[in-house]
Amino acid sequence: MNCLYDNPPSTKNITLVMKLKTFRIGGIHPPEQKLSAAAAIQNAQLPEVAVVPLSQHLGAPAKVQVKRGEMVKVGTLLAKGEAFISANIHSPVSGKVAKIEPRVDSSGFRRESVVIEVQGDEWEAKINNTDEILKDIKLDSQEIIHRIHDCGIVGLGGATFPSHVKYMIPEGRSVEYLIINGVECEPYITSDDQLMLEKGEEMMVGVRIMMKALNVEKALIGIENNKPKAIEHLRKIANQYQGISVEPLKIKYPQGGEKQLIDALLKRQIPTGKLPSDVGCVVNNVGTAYAIYEAVQKNKPLVERIVTVTGKTVGKPSNFKVRLGTPISSLLPLANCDMENTGKVINGGPMMGKALVALDSPVTKGTSAVLLMKKEESKRVPIQNCIRCGKCMTVCPMGLEPYLLTIIARQGNNERCEVERIMDCIECGSCVYTCPSGRPLLDHIRLGKANTSLLIRTRGRK
Amino acid sequence: MDNSIINAVGALSVIGVLAAIILYFVAQKFKVIEDPKIDDVDEALPGANCGGCGYAGCRAFAEGLVKAKTMDGFYCPVGGNDLMKSLAPILGVEAPEKAPQIAVLRCNGSIKNSIPKFEYDGDMTCSFTTNLTAGTGGCQFGCLGGGECVDACDFDAMYMDPETNLPVVKVNCVACGACVEACPRDILELRNRGPKEKRIFVACVNSEKGPLSKQNCTVSCIGCKACVKVCNFDAIDVNNFLAYINYEACTLCRKCVEVCPTDAIHEVNFKPRKPKGDKKIEKEIKLVVT
Repeated sequence: MNCLYDNPPSTKNITLVMKLKTFRIGGIHPPEQKLSAAAAIQNAQLPEVAVVPLSQHLGAPAKVQVKRGEMVKVGTLLAKGEAFISANIHSPVSGKVAKIEPRVDSSGFRRESVVIEVQGDEWEAKINNTDEILKDIKLDSQEIIHRIHDCGIVGLGGATFPSHVKYMIPEGRSVEYLIINGVECEPYITSDDQLMLEKGEEMMVGVRIMMKALNVEKALIGIENNKPKAIEHLRKIANQYQGISVEPLKIKYPQGGEKQLIDALLKRQIPTGKLPSDVGCVVNNVGTAYAIYEAVQKNKPLVERIVTVTGKTVGKPSNFKVRLGTPISSLLPLANCDMENTGKVINGGPMMGKALVALDSPVTKGTSAVLLMKKEESKRVPIQNCIRCGKCMTVCPMGLEPYLLTIIARQGNNERCEVERIMDCIECGSCVYTCPSGRPLLDHIRLGKANTSLLIRTRGRK
Repeated sequence: MDNSIINAVGALSVIGVLAAIILYFVAQKFKVIEDPKIDDVDEALPGANCGGCGYAGCRAFAEGLVKAKTMDGFYCPVGGNDLMKSLAPILGVEAPEKAPQIAVLRCNGSIKNSIPKFEYDGDMTCSFTTNLTAGTGGCQFGCLGGGECVDACDFDAMYMDPETNLPVVKVNCVACGACVEACPRDILELRNRGPKEKRIFVACVNSEKGPLSKQNCTVSCIGCKACVKVCNFDAIDVNNFLAYINYEACTLCRKCVEVCPTDAIHEVNFKPRKPKGDKKIEKEIKLVVT
């Protein structure tokens, strides 16, 4: 119990609002640790060599379009996402394509990447690289979706799902609400918070563009109540637009999950195996809204993103605007990181992020944060026996039974796993966080998920 | 009073006799004729139920064997050729001879050869870890050291060597193939035991280009084809920068072992060679004499 209430939920904000919305099943409240909350977004320096992996998104890897030795500018198409679920990849830097070879990514596997030697910073002529805010939306719905596709926009919340796919609503379904995810429920990460504060205007235009693309009248922006400045700032801007409302939410992890956010805002639950569009919603991150604004209004492809560099061994926790392909190791000195006491560097937040295997792996479209952990924090606690306390069941936001899934996944009982809805697991890690015996519940569930999805796919083939 | 006891006993006896007669006729009618050979074969089998023959247990193997009336395609790896020979008279057919096999670990990425680049303290189940990370040494093909093959072994023929963090196959391996199935990276392979347990094989499954695989492991196969050139028996193939020795064609001449620049080719149970220097001198002397 101690670990849960290290850092009691801040009550001062809650008293301002009568009753805050939140999702109904499970959830935890880890210490927030938003160390970099007040740090303004700084531009990180350009890398000397940029490594751009061809698979930065969910789905099929993009197909390379450039040759070795070719000169590229910022925004030149490097690889084309030809499959339905895939995304284009553009050059984040200008320079010469030095190599196209497999490079180690954050998981330690080699994946095909384009290596670019940086020379200067020259942008493609069609890109409007100024800071002016363009509010008029000239494109129509289909053109917007095309532009999103062309510019390689993916969900910047972390799942990197190609955005254009979300906007192609199958016939016979109608979407009522656009939901913008400004929850940022993971501890430590502040990139969305800063983006909302600094680029609120642009982001709101982005929301309007998305509403136009989907042809919806109502947009909800969900923000957790630990970001009062962002809520106030966006409310002021939202008053100028029709149909956009900003909703403060109770602080609870994993509220940033798509299904949880829809439940929190609209009290609608997505049935197993269905999509948000089945309940009349499309959910996108605030970062995605900003990227869509830049793509549609300024013709700027996704070549940079905001990355939070934070942790207890970071001297100056900061938010950087980083070109994709920059090695993560080059960000660490900018934030005065004390590498000697660091035991683990995580790509993402502490709950869902993955530990980096090699520090020079590049920043990709899905890198929302780089989290450094102290040596003593980074070790797992010894594994003890399950005491059947049921805590994992009470905190699971999908209403699953993690202890049971663990057992049957280890047995390889994939049919049973499917019946117990293992594929519903969103891998939020709440069960592992709360387990008093330190059991690696999520590890086993991931194994079960991989095997069960294989089972389902092979069945489909028959 | 006495009558009632006699009546009861009498009635029960009559019912018993009637039931016995009915049961006798039913048993005759629905008799299952089972080949007595099945029992004989089943008795001769080891009874390990390991599934190494491809059947679900020894009884199923016996049934299949008796039904097929030939021994082609049937082989109990646990009993080996001796067992198959002893089964032959029961069935009245000739037993095919098959070279006895053993599981072989085609990876030498020990802690010394493939130096760990980071610490991993997550769940150590190979089938899980293989999805998560390439491995602490960096090789995405090599052994993860989780020991899932050791857990799969029913014959106590494998153990994990704590010094190398690699599994070791003991001589009592029966080649049932359980470990081959269990390994998510397809590192283990069933190969012929060879005469006097002498074997030569490529202890590597890395199909990356040489410079890439050398970054992670000092004893990886780099696909240089030196072994192919030196082999006189066409026993070696190189595909995807990885050599594979065909154990059927290999004559155990050991020439490939000598030329391999990374020591990726292993020889097992051979007598230690004489140091190279002496050999040359010997030759020279011989030349002088002749």
